[in-house]
Amino acid sequence: MQKEASKGGSPSTPVLVVKNVSYYYGSKRVLDDVSFEVFPGRVTALLGPNGAGKTTLFSLITRLFDAPTGRIEIVGRSAAEWGARALEPLGVVFQQPTLDLDLTVKQNLRYFAALRGLTRKDADERMARALDALDMKERIGERVRDLNGGHRRRVEIARGILHSPKLLLLDEPTIGLDVPTRTAIVRHIHELARADNIGVLWATHLFDEVEPEDDLLVLDKGRIVARGTAEDVVAETGAKDLGGAFRLLIGGETEEDIAA
Amino acid sequence: MKPMHYVRAFYGIIWREFLRFLQQRERFFAALVRPLIWLIIFAAGFRAALGISIIPPYQTYITYDVYITPGLVAMIQLFNGMQTSLSMVYDREMGSMRVLLTTPLPRWFLLVSRLFAGVTVSLFQVYTFLLVAYFFGVELPPWGYLAVLPALIVTGMMFGALGMLVSSTIKQLENFAGIMNFVIFPMFFASSALYPLWKMREGSLWLYNICLYNPFTYAVELIRFAFYLQINWLALGVVMGCLLVFLGLSVWAYDPSFGIQQRKAGAAAAA
Repeated sequence: MQKEASKGGSPSTPVLVVKNVSYYYGSKRVLDDVSFEVFPGRVTALLGPNGAGKTTLFSLITRLFDAPTGRIEIVGRSAAEWGARALEPLGVVFQQPTLDLDLTVKQNLRYFAALRGLTRKDADERMARALDALDMKERIGERVRDLNGGHRRRVEIARGILHSPKLLLLDEPTIGLDVPTRTAIVRHIHELARADNIGVLWATHLFDEVEPEDDLLVLDKGRIVARGTAEDVVAETGAKDLGGAFRLLIGGETEEDIAA
Repeated sequence: MKPMHYVRAFYGIIWREFLRFLQQRERFFAALVRPLIWLIIFAAGFRAALGISIIPPYQTYITYDVYITPGLVAMIQLFNGMQTSLSMVYDREMGSMRVLLTTPLPRWFLLVSRLFAGVTVSLFQVYTFLLVAYFFGVELPPWGYLAVLPALIVTGMMFGALGMLVSSTIKQLENFAGIMNFVIFPMFFASSALYPLWKMREGSLWLYNICLYNPFTYAVELIRFAFYLQINWLALGVVMGCLLVFLGLSVWAYDPSFGIQQRKAGAAAAA
């Protein structure tokens, strides 16, 4: 069953277009004709159970793998025509921690800034702003190994936005964090999307990270089974909340059946 | 893409490798201790037993410790190349490889920069070794220390590319030690690092033939001749050829469309 809820406002040209993308590992289909768009200034939550294909989709968007079918465009750039340059407007926070533990926060961010072609001066200014916004400015000289999980995540987010991306991908960035830290990160990302007009694609399986006005994609077994704003998806399924709607969508049962 | 972007990224990759190297001082000392043991203990012992006749590039009789110095230099570089591959497997497991591979620059450029960063580190190790060796009586032609630099870069790149290729085939960090033993020791022993090839032929024809097909032999000879301000063209050709093949295969292995990395990820996901 594919649910189509009315789309929330589409403020402008999408920063991410995924069109008819399918992907196979051997004979196993992990993505089945996936199409969607992400718009600037909006958070699009990609909700799906483990194994739904979220990480594969992220690997295709970030070009860790190439998509053999379909088309992926980041701010109008497809890897087919632009090659690696298609990734210029993209910021990523991977599910797996990717900071160099033996380097300091500053060294990690400077390394990333160099990879993105920023000058040292520009990098230091951006770094100060990004860390300040995430309450991490005073930790800049500490080795990443000495930071706790929440602080490391904040550094990864600071790194993801250091080069002012138009599109930010977050692959379950709050996994393993305590509730207050998760809440702070969720709030910050929403503020960031609005303030800097960044399109955010946020893969998660935690319902409380999705705000009612967020755009929502529900991915199950490699297929998008629902899309729209979160509140519209909930309303269309007749569930009481997003958790109930999600269970209905991926289980094909009523909420009462699951609860029972 | 602006050329300065390439320059900054290249510098950034080398700078990071150097910072990591400074964090791992044990790695530096381990890299030096190994060849120094060979030089000070092994070579001293064999000095009396083995005489080296006059063979190119030498114009006079030399002592055994002088003979094995180029081989030990190549050994440092081979270990460093494997260390680079270990570091790449580590980066992959720790996730930092993803940061590199999602940079909006061509993947071949990123991998070559990574390789070059490893070579830069190996040069520090080699010149420190040569300095210590000098105080133990291994004197090479003064200009040889400079003339060998291009040879060290090429051979270092070749070993790094080999290491990178090895790293693309390794699934887990735990598998690395075994693979290293299979690569490093056969390459080192079945080469002209410890004995001249003509002497090897007298002892064992089949071993001599193996040495002839071992790229390490040609890396050693390229370095040996460069120390004496000469170019061994055959060695240069083989080293360059191997570098291109290993590098080409590595870039292919890390390619998002075809590479081994993708197939491995697929196998893991399908499991």
